[in-house]
Amino acid sequence: MRSAVERVRRWQDDPRLRWLGYLAVAAVLIALPFAVDAVLGRTWVRIIDVALLFILLALGLNIVVGFAGLLDLGYIAFFAVGAYSYALLASPQFDIHWSFLVLLPIGAFVAGVFGVLLGAPTLKLRGDYLAIVTLGFGEIIRILLNNLNRPYNITNGPQGITLIDPVAVGDLALNRSYTVAGFTIAPVHSYYFVFLACAAAAIFISLRLEDSRIGRAWIAIREDELAAGAMGINTRNLKLLAFAMGATFGGIAGGLFVSFQGFVSPESFTLLDSIMVLCMVVLGGMGNVGGVVLGAALLTALPEALRYAGPLQKEWLGEVYVDPSDLRMLLFGLALVLMMLLRPAGLWPSTMRRRELAGVGEAGVAR
Amino acid sequence: MSPADAPLLAARSLSKRFGGLAALDGVSLAVRRGEIFGMIGPNGAGKTTLFNVLTGLYPPDAGECVFDGERVSGLKPYRIAARGIARTFQNIRLFANMSAIENVMVGRHVRTRAGVAGAVLRGAGTRAEEREIARRAFELLDYVGIAARAEQPAFGLAYGDQRRLEIARALATEPKLLALDEPAAGMNATERAGLGRLLERIRASGVTLLLIEHDVRLVMGLCDRVAVLDYGRKISEGDPAAVQRDPAVIEAYLGGALA
Repeated sequence: MRSAVERVRRWQDDPRLRWLGYLAVAAVLIALPFAVDAVLGRTWVRIIDVALLFILLALGLNIVVGFAGLLDLGYIAFFAVGAYSYALLASPQFDIHWSFLVLLPIGAFVAGVFGVLLGAPTLKLRGDYLAIVTLGFGEIIRILLNNLNRPYNITNGPQGITLIDPVAVGDLALNRSYTVAGFTIAPVHSYYFVFLACAAAAIFISLRLEDSRIGRAWIAIREDELAAGAMGINTRNLKLLAFAMGATFGGIAGGLFVSFQGFVSPESFTLLDSIMVLCMVVLGGMGNVGGVVLGAALLTALPEALRYAGPLQKEWLGEVYVDPSDLRMLLFGLALVLMMLLRPAGLWPSTMRRRELAGVGEAGVAR
Repeated sequence: MSPADAPLLAARSLSKRFGGLAALDGVSLAVRRGEIFGMIGPNGAGKTTLFNVLTGLYPPDAGECVFDGERVSGLKPYRIAARGIARTFQNIRLFANMSAIENVMVGRHVRTRAGVAGAVLRGAGTRAEEREIARRAFELLDYVGIAARAEQPAFGLAYGDQRRLEIARALATEPKLLALDEPAAGMNATERAGLGRLLERIRASGVTLLLIEHDVRLVMGLCDRVAVLDYGRKISEGDPAAVQRDPAVIEAYLGGALA
């Protein structure tokens, strides 16, 4: 056991081996969509794309909930804000067609502003009260988007906005297939690389923030806000910063989502979606970047995998006894209950959460 | 009066009411530079309320605090910490799930600068600042005598070590005045003696100390001057021996019948 740990240490210490490791991971990630396409089919490439977007979203929420400890039940609103910022400025709706290079920063900025707008009135709230207010905020945004078609038609209401421009550089639009050296690169493949780049950036930013003066201040606020203030931390500004940073990730994810779909409507941004993202954070391991990535990937992929339950029943039993969509919610609920019982800190918890739930007894063991 | 002679902290007729209860009723006191100033009084006398007003947790209803020549009453706690008042809490308030050294590193927040861009890009400046934060934090853990526990989570430390960690965290903010709310509570005789030595060393390093304490022996041995609070009013002030003989103090502690 010890030798394995030491070997990993040595691997981390040697910069040449470390770069070799990074290269190997990069090679796997580049080959992944094509390998999945060949083995499981294009549907699964699409599922991976969606999973990458959820990783981006979950990492954003993790800054608010995991680092700063502010329970946000309306996080999907920032996804919506980013999505509509992009949709309105890159579609026939107003006949504006700006580049994604401009629109993603705009989406991030607008979402960040909304993050501060939500944060400012909730600064004095904690726990349950904060959760209720953020829940209300999420619903307000959705209902607003649903009703902003009268008297002036801005969002096109429940019909949503269609024909949204894809991510494109010059003539190279990602919604078309290209053939490069005998390889067919379909939209799902090219979007995979865009999403992967954004998710990788989000992971990098999250890890850097966590291990910094700002990250420590957030965690201190989560642990004891009053003591954090007495130690000279400007709790108001740092909480607003957490809301803004988290919202920014959501805004970028929203922009990417609508460029990928080509369509957006308010029904993509319900309370259930907020809760889904929160579940990814909690099940994966609140506050731990790796855990959150794992949670987002699993909770996107598992429901999709359950779709096979229908055809399998037909093949083995001759008839479909349990509808896969019923099974989905049942198993999801069961998974949640089991997780809370067996791994309350998440699949891959942060060191701190582990400590928190392990209790004082185990704490004396030196790491 | 030259600035060097002016008191480091001057509270002027501070009052604070909670509903019908006058927790502080026109309390004035002056803490001189470099002294250890003790505050004693029966339970509920208003000592902790005075601390909370001094450190900005409550705004005073009347009166003002002047610290190092500047009015600090009404400022937010983080601003008062930045001006140079650090405190510990009666019921220890560490960042329980952070390690001991991380707790002290949080104390460096107010004296360091790196923002989001610095954290993400981690340039040479940020790296140097982080190294310095960690170095100073470890130095302070060593100073209070718990360097061996640096990596342990705060909640798992022994009670006396938690008190020491709170002091290290407060010292990390580079205070001019360190306010300690019952630092010896729950300690045994050996731990108390060690704490007394630590506080003497802190004073010798140039930090002024304001101390709430119930342990009379510790207060009398350590403090240069003592103020006594009772029912939100200051009933006595002076050198420890004189305060101990003051009839008003004896009455407050033992009741009117014996006075």
